[in-house]
Amino acid sequence: MHRAIALGEHDNTAYVPGRPTELILDGHTFTSVTDTVCGIVEAPRPPRAWYIAFAVTVSLTVMLFAMLYLLITRGIGVWGVNSTVGWGWAIVNFVFWVGIGHAGTLISAILFLLRQKWRTSINRFAEAMTIFAVVCAGIFPAIHVGRVWAVHWLFPLPNYHAMWPNFRSPLLWDVFAVGTYATVSLLFWYTGMVPDLATLRDRARTKWRQIIYGIFAIGWRGSHRHWHRFEKAYLILAGLATPLVLSVHSVVSFDFAVSIIPGWHTTIFPPYFVAGAVFSGFAMVGTLLVPARQWFGLKPFITRHHLDNMNKIILATGSMVGYAYAMEFFIAWYGGNAFESFAFVNRAFGPYAWAYWIMISCNVISPQLFWFKRIRTSLPAMWIIYIFVNIGMWFERFVITVTSLSRDFLPSSWAYYKPTTVDILTFVGSFGLFFTLVLLFVRYLPMVAMAEVKTVMPAASAHGGPAHPVGDYHGDIPQDNLDRSKEAH
Amino acid sequence: MHGLVVEFDDPRRLVAACAKVREAGYRRWDAHTPFPIHGMDAAMGIRGTRLPWLVLAGGAAGLGAALLMIWWMNAMDYPLNISGKPLFGLPAAIPVAFELTVLFSAFAAFLGMWIANGLPRLHHPLLQHEPFRRATSDRFFIVIESTDPRFDPQATRALLASLGGLAVTEVQEQIHEEGAGR
Repeated sequence: MHRAIALGEHDNTAYVPGRPTELILDGHTFTSVTDTVCGIVEAPRPPRAWYIAFAVTVSLTVMLFAMLYLLITRGIGVWGVNSTVGWGWAIVNFVFWVGIGHAGTLISAILFLLRQKWRTSINRFAEAMTIFAVVCAGIFPAIHVGRVWAVHWLFPLPNYHAMWPNFRSPLLWDVFAVGTYATVSLLFWYTGMVPDLATLRDRARTKWRQIIYGIFAIGWRGSHRHWHRFEKAYLILAGLATPLVLSVHSVVSFDFAVSIIPGWHTTIFPPYFVAGAVFSGFAMVGTLLVPARQWFGLKPFITRHHLDNMNKIILATGSMVGYAYAMEFFIAWYGGNAFESFAFVNRAFGPYAWAYWIMISCNVISPQLFWFKRIRTSLPAMWIIYIFVNIGMWFERFVITVTSLSRDFLPSSWAYYKPTTVDILTFVGSFGLFFTLVLLFVRYLPMVAMAEVKTVMPAASAHGGPAHPVGDYHGDIPQDNLDRSKEAH
Repeated sequence: MHGLVVEFDDPRRLVAACAKVREAGYRRWDAHTPFPIHGMDAAMGIRGTRLPWLVLAGGAAGLGAALLMIWWMNAMDYPLNISGKPLFGLPAAIPVAFELTVLFSAFAAFLGMWIANGLPRLHHPLLQHEPFRRATSDRFFIVIESTDPRFDPQATRALLASLGGLAVTEVQEQIHEEGAGR
């Protein structure tokens, strides 16, 4: 028998085959969904905690820009990189932030194609997180080139050298992959948000709100002839974003895999990076959603069922990452290449062993606790695991980038890499920028995709009613429900 | 007058009502809802959009542009010899070609959809109709425009009133601010 979790919340995590799980709780109606979600944005003043958080994150963002100023005026000597380890925290942070973004696209695009209705409650938030993470990621490749004023040479723009970039370089592929990813994510996010912006426009009580939301709602009137094309375009964008998200972290992994450095030159990198990206991104979505649903009264929308599903994805992708770590070791031994085996033994037992074992405990061991339903549905437990995964996935990129470079083919050139204060403060500052953007988002934009949430409510179904509930099915959909839906057509 | 509007509070009634408006032979009419409703395309007789073909063309353009750009830049305009590798090789061109295919397709879908829908449009008579403010929240509307050849102020109003909605109202073409005459 299922045991209810006594935390004063409706528990919808019991799986009864054939009976769908309710996705929106507390008897919400269309009206109350609009009121709840718009109410957050329309409140004259955000909660006091918002101001405190905003003050902290803006200060950190200012610190980020101060560090960037220091870097640009003094040169990359302010970083800990040396001639052996030429890729330091800048690359680690870039891969970390790009990876975080992947969960948003997985939720918005892949789960949409798989008809996972629970995604409607969290997709807006996750897509916003994607865009903010990509903004943070984009800073690092731009500054790590050293001469930031020449960063436009990354793009195929006519310049006074009359030269073009080298299209056989993975670093240029990266420019196109991340650029396309940022652009398509933004288009997808904005497209989905237009109907909700129109809701805010129509509810606006001040002239300014009406004008600003009116401009961004571009005249949306909910016409069904418009909805028809809108839904088709949304489906196509989801279909495009799905291979795109797989390609982005594959291309990021090519930055490493196409080189000949031991520990980087492996064919497992693209799928392993993609799994790791989704893993880290879900952890970050969870890190933000668990407090956000509490503070903004979104518990009936982002229910335990939703969190439970996310935790299962974290368990699955975490296990894939663990498998990839094991397989790297196996191939290093089985491949019989002395440099390759050394690189891996060095990772686990060399000077950076501490980082390697932090990575293993956070990424491989901690998500395995999600096999237990009690942990999957416990808010404090899941939040602690999210934090572990965030830490572990940052260390994964650190281990990959730094250990292979610090000890490669020639022992006389080996060196130990240590970050400087500037490295650390730049990274901390990027969190400031990320959370500043998140705080602005929750204050000014609809955090839950209202139009999409309404479609998964029982009252929205054209042939619905108590006998024909709408929600997430488990196991087979009962035959009589299928028959009934056929009759309705 | 822009047209006549009937308001519903239940999507199921709206679908049935749309089928009746369609049967009555109207052409310049529409349903406005806060979210897409399953079964409405059939009830309203909306034919499939050609948007996918536009996206296909966008994708093909992106693919072609990418391959042409890479070949021209690295093999023709400024041949770059990188460790003796071929000046233009398809495998090395794939990542950028793929990304630009996706980028162009996405823009085709995004711009194509909004343009086909006649948006952005910052002004519309319906947006000045007070009850219509709830069309993006919790109410469902059918609008029959006065430019429809079958439109007749009395008969159309009677049809809309018979659909089981909450209220039938008139939408004015233009509401002028005081003193701001045409």
